[in-house]
Amino acid sequence: MNAVVEAPVAEPKVETKVVKKREAARATAETMAARQRDISVSEFFAKNRHLLGFDNPRKALLTTVKEAVDNSLDACEEAGILPDITVVLEDLQPDRPASAKSSRYRVTVVDNGPGIVRKQVEHIFGRLLYGSKFHRLKMSRGQQGIGISAAGMYGLITTGKPMAIYTRPDARKPAHHIELAINTKTNRAEVTQDRETKEFPPARLRELSASTRRLAAEGTLLSAESHPTGTSVSIELDGKYQRGRGSVDEFLELTAIANPHARIAFVRPTRTTDEEEDTPLLKPRPAAPSPADAGPAAEPAPAAPAVTEDLGDLVVFPRAVNELPPETKEIQPHPKGIELGILLQMLKEAELEKPGGSLYHFLQEKFCRVSPASASGFCEKIGVTSRTKVADIDHAMAERLFKELQDSKLPPPPTDCLAPIGVQQMLKGMFKGVRAEFYAASSREAAIYRGRPFLIETAIAFGGELPADEPSRVIRFANRVPLLFQQSACSSFKAVTETNWRNYDLQHPRGALPIGPLVIMLHMASVWVPFTSESKEAIADYDEIRKEMKLALMECGRKLGTYLRKRLRMKRESERRDIFERYIGEITQAIHAINNTDAKKLYEALQAQAKKRTAIADLQLDEEGKALRDEDPADQEGVIIVETGAVSPAATPIEPAPTRAGGVRLKPDEGPALLDLEPQTRRAGARKARSGGRPSSKAGASPARPRADLSDIPGGKPTKAEAAALSVNAAQRSEEVPSKPVKPRLRLDPKTGKLAPADDGPRLF
Amino acid sequence: MAKGKSNTATLKQRDHKTISKLVQLADDVARKALAGREPKLDIPTRTKSNTLWNKKRGILEMGSATAERELFNLNQAKQFMQTMLHASTIKDLVEAGKTASLRGVFYKAKHTVAGTRENTFDTQDESDPILEDLEVALGSLREELHIFAENRGAMVGNITVVDKGDEIDCRRMGSGGYAMPSIVEPDVIQFKKCEAKFVLHVEKGTVWNRFNEDRFWEKNNCVLTHGSGQPPRGCRRLLQRLNQELGLPIICLLDCDPWGHYIYSVIKQGSISLAFESTRLAIPEARFLGIRAKDYKECGLPEAVKIDLTENDVKRAKEILAYPWFEDNRAWQKEIQGLLNNGFKMEVESLIAKDISYVTEEYVPQRLKAKDWLD
Repeated sequence: MNAVVEAPVAEPKVETKVVKKREAARATAETMAARQRDISVSEFFAKNRHLLGFDNPRKALLTTVKEAVDNSLDACEEAGILPDITVVLEDLQPDRPASAKSSRYRVTVVDNGPGIVRKQVEHIFGRLLYGSKFHRLKMSRGQQGIGISAAGMYGLITTGKPMAIYTRPDARKPAHHIELAINTKTNRAEVTQDRETKEFPPARLRELSASTRRLAAEGTLLSAESHPTGTSVSIELDGKYQRGRGSVDEFLELTAIANPHARIAFVRPTRTTDEEEDTPLLKPRPAAPSPADAGPAAEPAPAAPAVTEDLGDLVVFPRAVNELPPETKEIQPHPKGIELGILLQMLKEAELEKPGGSLYHFLQEKFCRVSPASASGFCEKIGVTSRTKVADIDHAMAERLFKELQDSKLPPPPTDCLAPIGVQQMLKGMFKGVRAEFYAASSREAAIYRGRPFLIETAIAFGGELPADEPSRVIRFANRVPLLFQQSACSSFKAVTETNWRNYDLQHPRGALPIGPLVIMLHMASVWVPFTSESKEAIADYDEIRKEMKLALMECGRKLGTYLRKRLRMKRESERRDIFERYIGEITQAIHAINNTDAKKLYEALQAQAKKRTAIADLQLDEEGKALRDEDPADQEGVIIVETGAVSPAATPIEPAPTRAGGVRLKPDEGPALLDLEPQTRRAGARKARSGGRPSSKAGASPARPRADLSDIPGGKPTKAEAAALSVNAAQRSEEVPSKPVKPRLRLDPKTGKLAPADDGPRLF
Repeated sequence: MAKGKSNTATLKQRDHKTISKLVQLADDVARKALAGREPKLDIPTRTKSNTLWNKKRGILEMGSATAERELFNLNQAKQFMQTMLHASTIKDLVEAGKTASLRGVFYKAKHTVAGTRENTFDTQDESDPILEDLEVALGSLREELHIFAENRGAMVGNITVVDKGDEIDCRRMGSGGYAMPSIVEPDVIQFKKCEAKFVLHVEKGTVWNRFNEDRFWEKNNCVLTHGSGQPPRGCRRLLQRLNQELGLPIICLLDCDPWGHYIYSVIKQGSISLAFESTRLAIPEARFLGIRAKDYKECGLPEAVKIDLTENDVKRAKEILAYPWFEDNRAWQKEIQGLLNNGFKMEVESLIAKDISYVTEEYVPQRLKAKDWLD
């Protein structure tokens, strides 16, 4: 080194070498320009497929199903058709070795939507960023128009196979069968097959398994009658089918909950990847009455309330409500929801669209909630007249205008652009998909974030067969689309953990999910859901959004709290009675032994007193507290209560149980009441008996009496000592007083310990 | 039951009375129940607040306060049931003409409540107070209910007694002495011949052994008893009868600690829990011979005999100091204050430190002669 510094001239070769090297390594502006060209979006996404949710084979399979189902639902709703969607997964390499990390699948999604006109097919399926939804502010599932074509592209990349599309836009004309591959260089479709066919939906799909053949024969799967128009998309791709969290199963399960108006059938692939971690909300019914066994006499289940039916290789999520969600309106952006760049762009576009238009009209036409008065007010504030042309607005003026718009006091954007799922619909959706004993739902009024209207809805399901000692499960939806990943990054998750569930008698570790048999559903409806990423997995954490979520959760939580406290009171009362009754037998025997009093009479007299006194004593107790009104939790709006005969060990199926709500006591055979409810009925409840439960086996539960001195005394009454739990002061009605988590007392099976009602305790609802 | 009924003819007058009281109790509950009223029992309360100090008679007496025991009260339901069970058990005993120990009664009434895994009684500690409740509720003595406690305490001395017809010469009882039974009523035990001039009651068997081995009762012509610490009812009743019927002074030799003072207090005035029996049990004339707080210095005891007072001891001593029956007794105030000032306690055995027979040959005889005792 020193030598070089001291004698730079002595070694000129070194220098030239360096220069030469640089020339070889570096490009000139010209050579660079030669390489600079457009990057096709298709190419970009082919290389960055994880941005769209194609990170790994399992997720790719899910994303493909998701995009297709979202599109189908959107199309059906827009056309005013009650969606009937069939998802078919076919394993194309069933003989692959067990060690294979992935397999080749064919995903087919068939809907009964409006179909697609022939000339649009290439654009819709063959181009990225082509769609009807991006340019408008309207509540819909898809937004960017990337989804289905990206799925097709992924399939093409991994298998080389084109997408197969069948679509019939006109019931009186044949369907189109088109196969196309996307050209990643040009972002255009290359059609490899284009013919007309009478066969829609594709008959092949009805012949996949015994279950599909049976349902097809019954006319409940892919029948031509139910699909006068519609679209079928098939994509072959490298994927992995594995059940559990983040699976196709979960996605469809949740989609069915948030879209109770849709009927979804899912044909599972013949072979699944070996390791299965299954956490379905709804466990397969142990003794599912097969429709085939029921024979042709069985009515096509109009009577029973809609409950998901799992046949193993085929799952049917039935339609629970027969009304489509209200049609949503497209709205103009709200001045407070835009940015400066967008304003400039809008001004430019407006000039092109209507040369010579005035700013005054521009403000009124391109924004919502800008009245003539406020439009002229804005003009005045930035120092122009109402006749000033859009073309005359320079950058500085636009910037001033932008500031004025942000500072203005404009009314919030209209909210009729939002279609909530609805309290009744959520209840029915949850009831269909989650086997619990208590359901509550609430729907908030619309609110605004960044000038965009949104609306939060929540529903909760509690008890029943849900696991009692695990953190509760949060199911999240944005515009009715389930969000399966990145839970902890999602605003809704934060809202759940920040809500104080201890107020509602649940265990709730700080900063975590509440513990208990609870499923929490959160839905955000908005014209533009702020996702944290393109793969649309988590809702961005805006304060306004989180606040609304928490308010909605609190509403549901209060209903749950009322229910739990009521149940606690029932339990306490029955426990008190129990203690008295337990001793009455002994006392009667003792007195009989002393003075020969008629034991039976005495027993009955004491028993009668015990009954009377437990009722009285309970009332007194409540009055000691904060004058607890005797309110029936089922009287609340937006609640379903399934009365369970015996919810003992977590796994027992729910007995056919009477539910009641709205203060009406209904009998089990009035099951269909739920379905018959008017959609507008604000009263939630309705009752229903779930079929398929095992018959109660109370008989034989009575333990033998250890002493049989006096056989005429019914002293050996089976008691509920085992099931009896806790005596927390349930009189605490105030939301502010946090109740202790309910702890089991006495000899109590820790499994059922939570809050399971006593085996055969008196039912006071 | 059948056997019990056949015995009814031979029942004593006293037993008839007991049975009619029991039937009355049951009738009352049944009558209320059948009339749709709440079954209740009135149980006189056995607490300090319901104990009165009868200064004139020098004994504790039970007040008139009673507590209701209700069936339809979560806190009392089980006790109510237990009371009725014991009432029924006692009736069986009385009718059969047999007696049972406290533990025996506990076992007789203990079973699983029909249809549950809950026991009627879990431990004897639950059962014994229920029996005392019945005693006071019925106004019957324990022996009238045919219940006895474990034998505890022993007696030797210049006296002959008859126990259930057997003549017992307490001069010839070897090293173990005559075990004082739980029931010592005149119909069980009669005094036949007594030369003794007083009774020396010591706290424990170990001390009693020392006196018996040294034939103290022979040399000093007395009766020697112990009560295994807190003397049971049988022991106290027997002492009381020796005092009342034979006019023997009762001299107590107890430890110099709050426990010893309390034993003396119970022997003399009666106890709170058995205040209803004070007339039969309390001996207002009983005297406290030692050990005295002054003895450490007076007898020249070595340092090693000191046992430090615990916090609890101090608290207890102050309680005793405030008992109304000690309150205006200046000698006792001085004695307990002396104990507190010493800051240590002494057991009777501590005198052995001086000489093995110091207590029997010097200490007690000297004190007796000097009449150096507390009253």
